[in-house]
This record gives sequence, C-alpha cells and structure tokens, in this order.
Amino acid sequence: MKNNLKTLLAGLLLGFMILSGCTKKLDLAPNDAVTNDIILSSEIGYKQALAKVYNTMMVTGPDGSGSGDLPAQIISDAGNSDFLRNLWYLQCLSTDEAGWTYANNTDPIGIHQLNWTSVNFSVKCVYYRAYYIITLANNFLIESTDAKLSSRGISGTDADKVRLYREEARLIRAYQYSLLMDLFGNPPLVTDATPIGSTVYPEQVGRAGIFSFVESELLAIETTLADPKTNEYGRVDKSAAWSLLARIYLNAEVYTGSAKYTEAITYCKKVLAAGYTLHSDYKELMLADNNLNGDEFIWAFPYDGLSTQTYGGTTFLIHGPAGVPGNISGCSGTWGCIRITQQFVGLFDAQDVRGQFYTNGQTLIMGTLLGDATQGYSSTKFRNLLRNGGPAPRIDAGNTFSSIDFPIFRLPEIYLTYAEAVLRGGTGGDNVTALGYLQQLAVRGRPADPNAAAFAQLNLQYVLDERGRELFWEGHRRSDLIRYNQFTTSTYLWAWKGGVASGSAVDGKYNLYPIPSDDLTSNPSLVQNPGY
Amino acid sequence: MCNFYTFALTTKTVNVCFMKKTIQKIPKILPVLILFVLISFTSMAQNALSGTVTDSKSGAPVSGMTVTIKGTKTSTQTGADGTFKLTAPAGKNTLQFTSVGYVTQESTSADGIFRISVVQANQVLNEVVVVGYGTTRKKDLTGAVSTVTSKDFQKGNITTPEQLIAGKVPGVSVISNGGQPGSGSTIRIRGGSSLNASNDPLIVIDGIPLDNSGISGASNALSFINPNDIESFSILKDASAAAIYGTRGANGVILITTKKGKGGEVKVNFSNLESWARISDKVDVLTGDQVRGIINANGTDKQKSQLGTANTDWQDVIYRTAVSTDNNLSISGGIKKLPYRLSLGYAYLNGVLLTDHLERQSVGLNINPTFLSNHLKVDLNLKGVSQKTRFADQGAIGGAVSFDPTQPVYSGNGNYGGYYEWLEPNGDLILNRPNNPLGRLAATDDEQKPRRSFGNLQLDYKFHFLPDLHANVNLGYDISKNTGTRFIPSYAAVGYNINDPYEGGSIRYGEQRKQNTVFDFYLNYVKDIAKIKSRVDITAGYSYNGYDQKDYNFRTYTAVGDTFAGTIAPGIKYHREEHNLIGIFGRLNYVFRDKYMLTATIRRDGSSRFNEDNRWGTFPSVALGWKIKDDLFRASRVVSDLKLRASYGVTGQQDGAIGNYSYYSYYNTTGVNSAMLFGDSTILAVYPTAFNANLKWEETTAYNLGLDYGFFNNRITGSLEFYYKKTKDLLNQVAQPAGSNFSPYIIANVGDMDNKGVELNLNLAVIRKRDLTLDFNFNTTYNKNTITNLTALRKDANYIGQLVGNADAVNGFIQINAVDGPKNTFYLFHQVYDKDGRPIEGLFEDINRDGVINEKDKYKGHSADPSVYYGFSANLIYKKFSMGFVARANFNNYVYNNIASNFGRYNVVAGAYTIGNASTSYLDTRFQGTTDLQTSSDYYIENASFLKMDNINMGFNVGKLGKYRIANLRLNAVLQNVFTITKYKGLDPEHGNGIDRNLYPRPRTLSVGFNLDF
Repeated sequence: MKNNLKTLLAGLLLGFMILSGCTKKLDLAPNDAVTNDIILSSEIGYKQALAKVYNTMMVTGPDGSGSGDLPAQIISDAGNSDFLRNLWYLQCLSTDEAGWTYANNTDPIGIHQLNWTSVNFSVKCVYYRAYYIITLANNFLIESTDAKLSSRGISGTDADKVRLYREEARLIRAYQYSLLMDLFGNPPLVTDATPIGSTVYPEQVGRAGIFSFVESELLAIETTLADPKTNEYGRVDKSAAWSLLARIYLNAEVYTGSAKYTEAITYCKKVLAAGYTLHSDYKELMLADNNLNGDEFIWAFPYDGLSTQTYGGTTFLIHGPAGVPGNISGCSGTWGCIRITQQFVGLFDAQDVRGQFYTNGQTLIMGTLLGDATQGYSSTKFRNLLRNGGPAPRIDAGNTFSSIDFPIFRLPEIYLTYAEAVLRGGTGGDNVTALGYLQQLAVRGRPADPNAAAFAQLNLQYVLDERGRELFWEGHRRSDLIRYNQFTTSTYLWAWKGGVASGSAVDGKYNLYPIPSDDLTSNPSLVQNPGY
Repeated sequence: MCNFYTFALTTKTVNVCFMKKTIQKIPKILPVLILFVLISFTSMAQNALSGTVTDSKSGAPVSGMTVTIKGTKTSTQTGADGTFKLTAPAGKNTLQFTSVGYVTQESTSADGIFRISVVQANQVLNEVVVVGYGTTRKKDLTGAVSTVTSKDFQKGNITTPEQLIAGKVPGVSVISNGGQPGSGSTIRIRGGSSLNASNDPLIVIDGIPLDNSGISGASNALSFINPNDIESFSILKDASAAAIYGTRGANGVILITTKKGKGGEVKVNFSNLESWARISDKVDVLTGDQVRGIINANGTDKQKSQLGTANTDWQDVIYRTAVSTDNNLSISGGIKKLPYRLSLGYAYLNGVLLTDHLERQSVGLNINPTFLSNHLKVDLNLKGVSQKTRFADQGAIGGAVSFDPTQPVYSGNGNYGGYYEWLEPNGDLILNRPNNPLGRLAATDDEQKPRRSFGNLQLDYKFHFLPDLHANVNLGYDISKNTGTRFIPSYAAVGYNINDPYEGGSIRYGEQRKQNTVFDFYLNYVKDIAKIKSRVDITAGYSYNGYDQKDYNFRTYTAVGDTFAGTIAPGIKYHREEHNLIGIFGRLNYVFRDKYMLTATIRRDGSSRFNEDNRWGTFPSVALGWKIKDDLFRASRVVSDLKLRASYGVTGQQDGAIGNYSYYSYYNTTGVNSAMLFGDSTILAVYPTAFNANLKWEETTAYNLGLDYGFFNNRITGSLEFYYKKTKDLLNQVAQPAGSNFSPYIIANVGDMDNKGVELNLNLAVIRKRDLTLDFNFNTTYNKNTITNLTALRKDANYIGQLVGNADAVNGFIQINAVDGPKNTFYLFHQVYDKDGRPIEGLFEDINRDGVINEKDKYKGHSADPSVYYGFSANLIYKKFSMGFVARANFNNYVYNNIASNFGRYNVVAGAYTIGNASTSYLDTRFQGTTDLQTSSDYYIENASFLKMDNINMGFNVGKLGKYRIANLRLNAVLQNVFTITKYKGLDPEHGNGIDRNLYPRPRTLSVGFNLDF
C-alpha cells in the first residue's frame, strides 16, 4: 500500500511539474497587431493613430466599404453606417432638401416624415459614430501627453509634430461634440480625464455645458493649431477652429439661450482675414478634382475612389439622387433614393445654377414619398467627374466609389454667418460688408443673370433661403430651420413634413433627436430628451 | 404455418401467433402488436418441454447452453441450432438456462414451448462506455450518457458524422445545414446553454478534442471525418459526465470512437454506395406568364418594355439530379500480435446545385498492439483526409427565386458567356443589377483543396508492481491546410469591369493553416476491495490543448493576372492567432455493494483568452447512482434493470463569443481601401480594439435526475431524464456607455438563462426470433429555455432585450432575447387583417395605444425553437432481409418565412430598375411594397411543426459468394428525406434559427450500395 501511494504521489508531482512549465503558454498575442507602447513609439505611429481619428468620419470601418466600426446592434448593415451619410439623413433628409424613396435600404425610415424614435438606425449611428470618434480622440490625448512622449523617447521636432496632432484631435473632438449638442441637445460628456474601458458612467452637463466645453476647447487651440492654409490638405488648421467657433456662436441662442452674434462676427472676420476667396465656378465645387478648390475650402474630407471606399460619404451623394444616369454622375448609376421637395426647388429660379436639378423623367411635385423615385426633382450637384468632364482618375472596377471631397467648412458659410450675425444684432460687422458678401454669392450662383448682385437682399429670410441655395445638401439645413423656428412649426411646410403630402407641423420635441435607447440602458445616469 | 413470439410478461408467458403474411406487414400492425403484448393469455399445462435459445443481441441460436428443470437435477444442452427437448415431471415447467458468458435466466412456459432470448453476460456486466479521459463500466454510470453504436446509425448518403445520430438520441437535436455536400449540421444538446457564445458541443475523436471553429475551404469541420470509420458515439449530456471537460463541457460532449483493429485473421470490407439526389420541392414563385400579366396590368411603359417572352423556371435551371458515389475499403487483422485496421475512402459527392461538388479521399490507420505481457497498450490512430471542393455560388439560389422569369436563359450571342443579362441599349452591362443565376454558377470557379490530418498515440501502461494502476499518455495532433482559388473570368457579368472589359473578373487566392496539439497525461487506479464490498476507480491527470491558426494574406488579381488599381501587395504574410487551454482534472468512481455508486470529478482549467486574474476556473461535479433493481426488485422477472441517478455539476464555456485576445486592447492597421489622405500621401491608419479586461467563463450549473430501466429480460429498455441547467455570467453583447470603450457593445459576462427539460428514451425489442427481429426506438425531448436576466442592473425594466435574428430584410433583426422569455423569440408587429382575412399592408396593431406604429408596438411572440421533439426508428430483420426507418418530429418550432417577406410584394416584380420575380405569397397578399415596416409583420411567422421521414432503408444479405464461398455480400438501398408533413408553406420547415431564407435545399436522395466482406 505504501508503494502504491508513493507511485500515486510521484505521478501527481510529475503532473504538477508539467503544469507549472506550461502556464506561461497562457500569455499570447496576435502576430500582426501591437499594443500602445509599440505602435506609438514613433511620430509616424502617432500620425497613423491620428489618421484613424480623421478617417472614421469618412469611411464605415477599417477594411473597405463592407466593414464597420460600429457593431450590428447599432446598425445591422455596416456598409450603411458612415458618419457623413447618417449626418446627412439627420440634417438634410429631415428637411425640405430631400425625400427618401424606399429601395431595399435599411434605414432612414421616418426621418423625412419627422417621426423617429430612440431606436432609429440613423439616430443611433450618428450618436455612436460621434462617440467612437470622441473615444479615439480621447485615447489619442491620453497616449500623447508629454509624459507619455518622453517615456516613449519621442522628443524634438517629432514631439512637436505629435503636439500638433494633439491639437487636431482636440478640434475633431470639439467638432463632434458640437454636432451632438446640435442634434441631441444634452449628450453625456466624456473626456480624456476618464480612462478608457473604465466603468465610470459619463454624465450629462446640459446643452450649455457642452457649449462651454466646445467653446473652451476651441479657444484653447485656436492659437496652437497650424496657421491657415499651411497644414496638409485634409487636416485642420486655425481657420477650421475659427469657422467652428463662428458656427456655434451663430447658434448659441438655440443652444444656451444667450446670443453670441458678436463673437460669431469676430471669428468670421478671423477666417475672412486668412486669404480665402470664392472659387469662380459654383458647378466645379463638388467634382472628383475638387481638392483643387483650396481657394474656397477651409476643411474638407478628402475622398478617393480607391483609398477611402465607402457607400456613404460623397459616394452616396452621386448614387443616391434618383434618375441620374451613371454617365452624368460619373459612376455605375443611380440607387434611386433621393429626391427634392417642390418647396425647396422653389427657392431657386431659372437663373440660379446651384440647384443643378435633374428633371429628366422626374416630376416637380413629390406626390408620393415612398415607392416612386420619379416624384420630385433630383440633382447632379455631386458628380464624380473632372472639371474637364473626364472620368475620375482613381475609380474602382465596379465604378462605385467617389473621389469628390466633402467640405465641412467653406468660405460661403462664413459670408452667410457674418451677414446673419450682423442682421441679428451682432457688433463688429456692418451691413455694407454683409450685403457685399451676399452679392458675391448671388453673382457666382447666377452667372447668366446680368442683375445678379441686385438679387441679394439683406434680410433674415433671404439669408435663410440663400443658405439653402448655397449650402444645399451640405449638412446645414436642419440647424438653419431650427434657428429660424421653421423646422417643426407650421411657419414653413414642405412635402411630407409630418407624414402629410402637403406638410404639417410636428411636435416641438423633434427639434432634438432622442438619445438612443442603447445608451439609456447602459448608462443609468442619462435623462432622455423631453417627449421621447 | 405459424410463427411464435414469446414474451416473458410478469410471471406468465405470452405466445403470440401471427400468420406469415401478417408478419410482412408488421410496421402497419404495430399498434395491434403492442396491444397483444399487453394482453396475457391463459396458460395450458404440458409435460414435454422444448424450445429454442437465441442470443438477445444477434438473434443467433445459442448452442451448448445448459437447460435445467428448476427444482430437479434434470438437464440438457441446446444443440447447434439452439433447440432442446426435455421431459419434465408433471407441474414442473420452470426451466433455468445457464451458460458461461450468459446471464442465467429462468423461464416458465404454460404450453411447454420455450422461446428464450439470452443476454450475454459481458454485455451487461462489463460493457464499457467511453467517457472523458478513459472508460467506465456501463453499469457504474451515474451521469446522463447516451451511446450510439454503428449498428444503430442513420443510413444512406451521409457525409458528415453527426448526421449518423440524428433523431437517435433524446436531448440531442441535429439539424442539417442544408443540402450542400459536407455542409454538416447544427448540433444542440439540451437546448444550448449560451446566448452569444457557441452552443456547439465539444467533439472529441479518439481523445483529440477537435477544433470545431471550421477550416477554410470546407463547408464543415466535421466533413473530414469519414463516417464509415466510426464505431460509436458517446454523448455526455449532463454536467456530471461533461465536467471532466471543464470549460468546454457546458453544451455537452460528443466522444467519437473510431473502428479499431481486432487482430486475428485478415478481414476485408468493401462498401459502395451510389446516390441520386434531387430537390424535393421548389420555392413557389410566379411564372413568366404571371409576371407578364401583373406588369402589363400595373406596370409603367418602361417596365412593360422590359418584359421578355420566355417562361423560365430559374430553379429548374440551376438544380440537377446529383449523382454521387462513396466507396470504402477497410482491411483489419493482425500481423503477428499487431492488430491493425486500415481504411481507405473515396467519395465524389455532387450537390444538387449545379457546379457544386466535393471529392474526398480519406485514409485511416489504427494499430493497437500490446507489449510487456499486456502491461503496455499502444493505440495509434492516424487519419488523413484530402478534399477537393468546388463551391457553387449560392447567391444563385436567391437569384433563381428573384430573377425575371420572362427572360431566357441564354441571350443568343456570346457576350457575358452567352447568358442573358440586363444590358444598356448599347449592349453594355448595367452594373448593380441581378445577374443571370446560371451565369453566376458557371462563372464562379471557387476551388478549394483543404487537407486535414489528425491522430494520436495513446500509451497505457499498467504498472508491473501495481497492476491496478495505469498511466496513460495521449499525444495528439490536428493539422489542416487549405489552399484555394476563386476565379471569375473576365467575360463574366459577375465582377464585370465597365471601364475595361478586358480587365474584369478576378483571381483570389486563399490559404489557411491550423496546427493544434493535444497532450494528456493521467493516472488511473482501479481496485475491487472485496473486504469492504467496494470498487474504487480514481483518475487524475493533466491536459494541454494548443490551437494555432494562420490565415495568409493575398492580393486579388484580375482574371488575366493584372493587379487592381488601389490595391497593394500584403505587407504581412499571414495573420496568426493562438489560444491555449491547460487543465488538471480528477475523477473518483466509487461503487459499494455493486449497487450504490458515487462519481465525483473536478477540473481546473486555464485559458489564454482571459487576463491573469480570471484565467483559471474550477468545475466540480458529483453524482450518485442507486441500482434499485438489486435492492427492491431482486427477484422480479418484470424488472430486469432499474437504476436511479442524480447529478450536479458545473461546466464552462468560452468559445464562439470572444476573440483570442479580447481582454486587452491592441492596435490593428486599416486596409488600403480605408486609408486616409493627408496632403498628397495616403496613410494607413491604426486603431485600438475594443476590450474587456474583466472577461471570464460562462458558468453552467446543471442538475440531472435519471432513471434507467429495463423490463422483461431487457426487451424494453430506456431511460427517463429530468434536467435543469442554469447558466450565469453569460458572454453577452452588452451596451457600453457611449464614449467609454472603442465599441458601443462589448462582450461582457452579464445575464442568466436556464434550460429545463425532460428526455425519454424507449427501446422495444418487439420480436426476438431466430429468423425475425424487430426493434423500435422512440425518444422525445421537452426543453424549455428561459432568459432570467440580461442586465448588469438585475432585470432592468428599461431594457427591452437584445435584438437578434438578422433577417435578409429591411429592418434587420426580427427576434429578441428578452428576460422571462426563451431565446430567439420573434419580435414583430401584429398584423391587422381585413374582413376577408387578408393582411392589410402596413397596418399593425397599435399595441401601446399611443396612436403611432413604431418600434414600441412590436410584441414578443413565439420562439424559433421547438418545445418538444421526437425521434422514432424501427429496424426489422427477417432472415436475410432487413429494413428500417428513422423519423423525426418537431413541435411548436416557428419559422419566419423570409422568402415570402422579401419577395412577396409587387415592387420586387416591378423591380426598382428591372423586372424581377416574386414569391407566390404576393398572390395572397397583393402587397405593393410601399412600406418597409411590412417585413416586420408577424404575418410571416408560421408554425413549422413537422414530421420528417429521414430515411427508409432496406438491406438484403445475399450471403457467401463464389466458388469458395469466402465473400459475403450485402445489398442495401436507402431513400433519404422521404417526406415531410407540415403546415409550413415555405420550402422546408427546419431552420436552426427559425429564419427561412435561401436555404440550399435538402435533397431527396436514393442510394443503393453493396457491402462485401471476406
């Protein structure tokens, strides 16, 4: 028996010996991915990390048009999940600028009818895309402190470059918060002060609280960003920070209850002093080689048919418009989705080239919303062609993806903001200058009109309408209508507003989008917007 | 002429007499037969006793058995034909049958004629069952373990092993993944214990836990196991049995044992099976004439101008009668003292979908010699399988449903391969339009050549100084490699390049390598301690499993070998992932007085998928058994076996839900199509992955109460089981507060779920006669799944649940996993109907009465999973003829008819751009397709309860052939997927997740074959 036990014991000990030798085998890592300390050991690594902060606003995911940064719980079709497309739904499709024909697509249901809920795909998509970008920016800031840089041995001009990247990440974070503030009112605030992956619940700070966060961030970096027009194309500089400040100041009364038109004028003037000029031909603004429009573009998303493939972005804006043949839009053809309400078309007269309406086979009146892509005019504003009419040089085999850059800030917005801020009582500007800017836009927009300058009027409704004409489909319309109190009210009705062909007023709650139900579940500290 | 069936029923003997012609109709008169069994007949006394003794298992006559008249010393022996005659004193009509190797049996016959079926002693006493890390005597089992051996397997053209046991085991649901050759099945044991993690059982073949995650180039990982090599399955269903596999046991374990060499003279078996398969039904779609009628009545001029004149049934075009062959040769025997078995298999399996085929060559070698005067047992298993598959483009299945039936198959010219396609007026292909389904099939040449080899060397050493102690070492490997090419020619409409017609098409290479290793070591000590009437069986061991996978990166080229613009050669050759598992385990089996049993196991597992704090988990189990028969029914002739079992155990799960490195964040690089342009330079971005540092195992605690029974000399056997499984720390997709992680949803251990169920297994050996045996098996399973919590804050009322079940439809998810309901509960709008009972498009019940139809008006309906399922099989052997069938039935499984919801409306006929086709559901509903909400209607939910006749098989044993009569020939024929009885209107009521869309139809298959033994 003694021997038996000895053998048993020996066997067990042998087992434990082998075991102890093998526990190390439980620490593993993939071969082609690396941790923070490795990738961020050089300035190039930081630049690649910054590139993700930028390109998350342009493409749906890390690996081409079918990939998604957001999980299926947020949006089941990854290809449909990009930032710009969904922002466009919330800002343009919700207005007179566009109606949506159902064509086997998964989402923007209810947006044009001003009838959405906290589980709407587009609503969720914009919200979570914004927070993903914010988290990437926070991570960048956490990983790029001076202490981290020195611990990773980055110094001198390399460290200076990374410090500039930091400021750009802060601007993008501020830009995203400005959108969340505009769309959702009272989103939770999370900054680089909170470690990522922690279980701390981000808290709401009120719309005014977000406003002051965005304002203070922009004021902090307006001097440290690159000088206007000195940075690489596609990256932000001081003029982008000023443009964003001008934009939030113009809307400050909506956001906080107190007007900041004077500040809006101040920051418009900073941009105006930076040397931008109107590009001569409006019809050249949204073409495949519009990266040449540096005269007018302050900051644009640089799309490329091969390197930034997405079914969103400007790809969506060449395929989306109904009826437009592929040879006109410069792609494989229309998806037959987007049309324009007759009310919006009515803002343009025959002299105005900016609508670039496509009417062949389309009716003016949007008699039905769903099912018939021929009701309502379409547009050829976005064309994946060169100025000389030739095809975009960088195009995929399927002729799908656009190379048209999308301007986030361009000079006319500054002109219009200046004019409106002056009209609304801001100081530091003057009527003559304001009218001059409006005239410049009218002259460019009405090239065949000998009296184009006389078309411009210095009054608020004209400015609103002119914003519609000039910035059509560029993501401004909903904010503008809200600022003029025309979005939900009966003051201005358009086809299918409120789900009625002739349009109807809707509940004022629709001035804000609801916080997605997912976040209310995961974050018990959140309070939903009124009415949802 | 009269045939007798004898049953020992209570203390009387029943003789049932049928005319021969009746016997041939036995399946039809089954109820009558059972009724007869239950009726006792009056007895008649006689003095001359005679009868026949047959083996209960084989039905063969037993010679040399001693037959003694009870209470006397008069005895005789049975002859070569198993018969005997005796003369007994008056009143003595009870006989005792004894023989070495058989269980002693007593029997009484009123009429003096005995038909005795004797049970082999070792069959009952020493029959061993493969359990984790060793074997155990069947009679000592305390856990819920089902075994299926080769004689009970499903028959016919079976390409993956799990289909052998479909419908055979209660608590085990095997649903084939479709009609593609080798496509495998979804296996669920007792309902599945996870929501997001894998619900697949662990499959262990000859001691090698198989990596079930799939092998690229093969539609199913199990398709590499030649079903003909399998000897038996052991299915470990409860935690007591499965806990020895610790973290991988939560969904049960299937242990597969392959055939071994048995030594002795050379035995050769050759089998051949030729099969013909056809689809049994088609999706009901409109004809060309119907489409013309609909468009001419409702369409625009443009749509009318698109109409063709043909009446093409695209489903007829893409399907064929698939002819397949499966050949197996095995040679077994012993070279001196070296038992071996060598098997070779060759199968060429065609799919019913054109171009689809699978060619499989397999070789298996087993040698199991013993050395050191039986102290060292060596068991070497090597298996190698090489497959060559052409995968048909399954998009053609949906394409055939929806492509315009008014168009012809061929265009009449050579463009685009000669297939009809949608063209611009100038003859250019219109991009982004449906492509000709046949053209898709012809153009897509997706050829994969996966190879896999697995095997192990098992050394079992019985210590010389202590023969009760064994040391067992198991060294195993499982390696696979796939190389494949997907080629689309430049002329093909699929992947056409409009800019440069000569640069279309594509060549895509793929390569994957997997290398898995197994090392187990255990000591096993077995001792019968007569003094204290005890038997102990102790096992303790260590196990290491390593998984290593490399996926190679390639550039895609055009059909003529040029590079595509904007693509670059991959910088890194391959992506490699590994994970390792380490476990130590122990098991104690204790049997007291051969009646009271205790099994206790424990396993401690470590996984590389968790951080150091959560890496190790402990999984205990304990089970008790009581042989009631030996205590309470010792003398009973009715009760031949009765055992009560009770078990408790904890098992874990980690597979399926989480990646190999999910517990920390690391950076990946974006692809070249998701790059960023800074100035003139294109820069690849890097991004951090979402992570959860607190990940740990899912943990399932399970209770099982089982009763094994055998009545009437084990002519009626089976088991009844009750189980309750509770899973906590579910690996769930949990919403994260926005801005707190790199994804709004991460996998976290949140939520609880339970499964309750009852299983019944009933085997009836209805007839046991020399020339005739008839067996029935009936099994049924009731399972109820309930989710009990899904939120960190327990039962958070704000949380509606997880939306799941992504249908191929506008609104994505159509099911919900919500608290207090079962998983995969349909979550849809409640359809409103008009007075004629027709659904009104877009009109749903406003469930919350807020005047708006929105997400809040969806309700929780039925679950996709059946509440009860049945398996029923029968086998009849009459002389040289055998036949059998296997049927299965599911009750209350609900299916969302995604074909009807997607294709059942006007605007798929009219098409957004081109004419298409619709499901005939459109004729019922006349839906226009003007509201995207319609696909979220419960109108598409149907009760898909069904009864399926899986197969009917027949065999004929021709007997010895040739001059020397050495070869034995058996012929067999099998009809599979014979019929389905269901109210479900779609093609097939059986869908793993309850969503019917584009299923590769399960064909009806006729197979004929032969078996030659010599």
